[in-house]
Amino acid sequence: MSDTRTSDSQPPPTEGPAADDAPTAEPPAAGPPGRAGELARRLFTRPELGALVGAVAVFVFFALSAESFLRPGSLSTVLYASSTIGIVAVAVALLMIGGEFDLSAGVLVTSSALVSSMFSYQMTANVWVGVGVSLLVTLAVGLFNGWLLTRTGLPSFIITLGTFLMLTGLNLGLTKLIAGTVSTKSIADMEGFSAARAVFASQLDLGGFTLRVTVLWWLALVAVATWVLLRTRAGNWIFAVGGNKDAARAVGVPVRGTKIGLYLGVAFCAWVLGQHLLFSYDVVQSGEGVGNELIYIAAAVIGGCLLTGGYGSAAGAAIGALIFGIVSKGIVYAEWDPNWFKFFLGAMLLLAALLNAWIRKRAEATR
Amino acid sequence: MTDTTTRETAPPGAGEPLLGLVDVGKSYGNVAALRNVSLDVHAGSVTCVLGDNGAGKSTLIKIIAGLHRHDTGRYLLDGEETVLHSPREALDRGIATVYQDLAVVPLMPVWRNFFLGSEPHTGRGPLRRLDVATMRRTTREALARMGIDLPDVDRPIGTLSGGQRQCVAIARAVHFGARILVLDEPTAALGVKQSGVVLRYVAAARDQGLGVVLITHNPHHAHLVGDRFVLLKRGTMAGSHRKGDITLDALTHEMAGGGELEQLGHELARTPAPTRSPAAS
Repeated sequence: MSDTRTSDSQPPPTEGPAADDAPTAEPPAAGPPGRAGELARRLFTRPELGALVGAVAVFVFFALSAESFLRPGSLSTVLYASSTIGIVAVAVALLMIGGEFDLSAGVLVTSSALVSSMFSYQMTANVWVGVGVSLLVTLAVGLFNGWLLTRTGLPSFIITLGTFLMLTGLNLGLTKLIAGTVSTKSIADMEGFSAARAVFASQLDLGGFTLRVTVLWWLALVAVATWVLLRTRAGNWIFAVGGNKDAARAVGVPVRGTKIGLYLGVAFCAWVLGQHLLFSYDVVQSGEGVGNELIYIAAAVIGGCLLTGGYGSAAGAAIGALIFGIVSKGIVYAEWDPNWFKFFLGAMLLLAALLNAWIRKRAEATR
Repeated sequence: MTDTTTRETAPPGAGEPLLGLVDVGKSYGNVAALRNVSLDVHAGSVTCVLGDNGAGKSTLIKIIAGLHRHDTGRYLLDGEETVLHSPREALDRGIATVYQDLAVVPLMPVWRNFFLGSEPHTGRGPLRRLDVATMRRTTREALARMGIDLPDVDRPIGTLSGGQRQCVAIARAVHFGARILVLDEPTAALGVKQSGVVLRYVAAARDQGLGVVLITHNPHHAHLVGDRFVLLKRGTMAGSHRKGDITLDALTHEMAGGGELEQLGHELARTPAPTRSPAAS
């Protein structure tokens, strides 16, 4: 697999100068050679190219090394695993393009599920009330992150590390205080549960292939994020605040508003996944979610987002999440020791980061 | 005060100045960064602000651009006393500022940079979206009108040369109907040839009827395009001249420190030419 990745990074340097020459050689782009060069250049400036090649590589690799991998049932499991990472990774990618981190996203998912479950249970309310309260609470955490960041100017790494630790403690502490144990009580028999389950945790059997509703949520969120990023004013602002905050401010972009909006986006996606976990398993373990924030960030980085902001795509983060899904389940189907999973991902992350650094250098080469 | 300056500087710009600063001052805490600075900007003319590092040029630019508010003196826009609260408001009033380093977002395509902060829309409701086709076309046209030949507006603007990026920023300001263009050291980091290109676009902007404020520490560049010269020294005005009143040599002399330079000349004259080391001490 690593072979394929390195050969993937081979073509760009050779193609680079050719792509550069094409536009200068003939300004009004007409001839076929110019168009080919143009196409190559477009392709290599796509942030998700590396991730796409990587995804195809790991897919082929596991298709060859595990017989059961290509069965519809296995593929639906892979897609499901990818979607549970991808739902939050998409919002995290947008946030990273906007130049910030969110280390609290992983535990926020659990917080969201806990609030929803415990509110409904304690108030003996319709579960939709809990779902709504959970949305407000989760968005409030996102707002807090964004507000504190824009207010204080502290690095988002520190601020969200703070909220990460606070939420981790709150999740366990409040759950023990309210429910008496580290997990919530079952809410399966409560009003509205089946409807909520249909929205957040249903599945559809298509002849062996099980389509989970989270996959639809994931695809919809990726589509919306891509639309926002590429075809709206807000998207232009996201790239700008991540790429050069001061320039953005100077031309009148609302930098604070954009960043707060991005944290709200992460909170919303964390809420969606939190509700899925709740209505899928009925009970919530309050210690869950720790460590997932790094997986979201890794998926975004593998998908081509720069750690320094200003560059990346929603589709790239989706492909990054897909790589996670393929590798995590592929290792199981290949009947290997699952401990190798993390090693694979670490290696993939490093390769992706190297590729990103190279792209950035190229983009800013002639400063 | 305004009356006299207006009369004084009437010939090239003619009429009332677009922008006038009268005895403007600004302090950061106890430190006075700027004291009693006055200048006029007329349509179709270039006002150069010259000064050494720390002379207060950047404070002045921030006041004009609406990033900071002045503490004392008057800020006159079209003859009316004005207080700007934000760069956005300055833009809306027709004051566009092109900063030396932070003019653009390097990784974004030229056309996205061009429209950043003023993106046009098409469609309604949920289909409301950026008018990408218009943005690309307009960028190409606006650049061509300024005489900038850029084959591909989809390139990240960071791949352009420093001079080209300044030019795109200038073309952007002109396109968005700026009446007053403030340029912060547009030639500072550039070579001779690139500086020439940028100065040509400064002249092009002037010829399109804009009032230009050119901040620089290079008297040669200033004298090429300037109609008025305001010299800053340690936060105060060290002189204000019209083009006809001052020669390049005089401007260079004043800019280089005037009396200080003469003293430096005496000091350096004592050291023998070939040995370099004692000059430092």
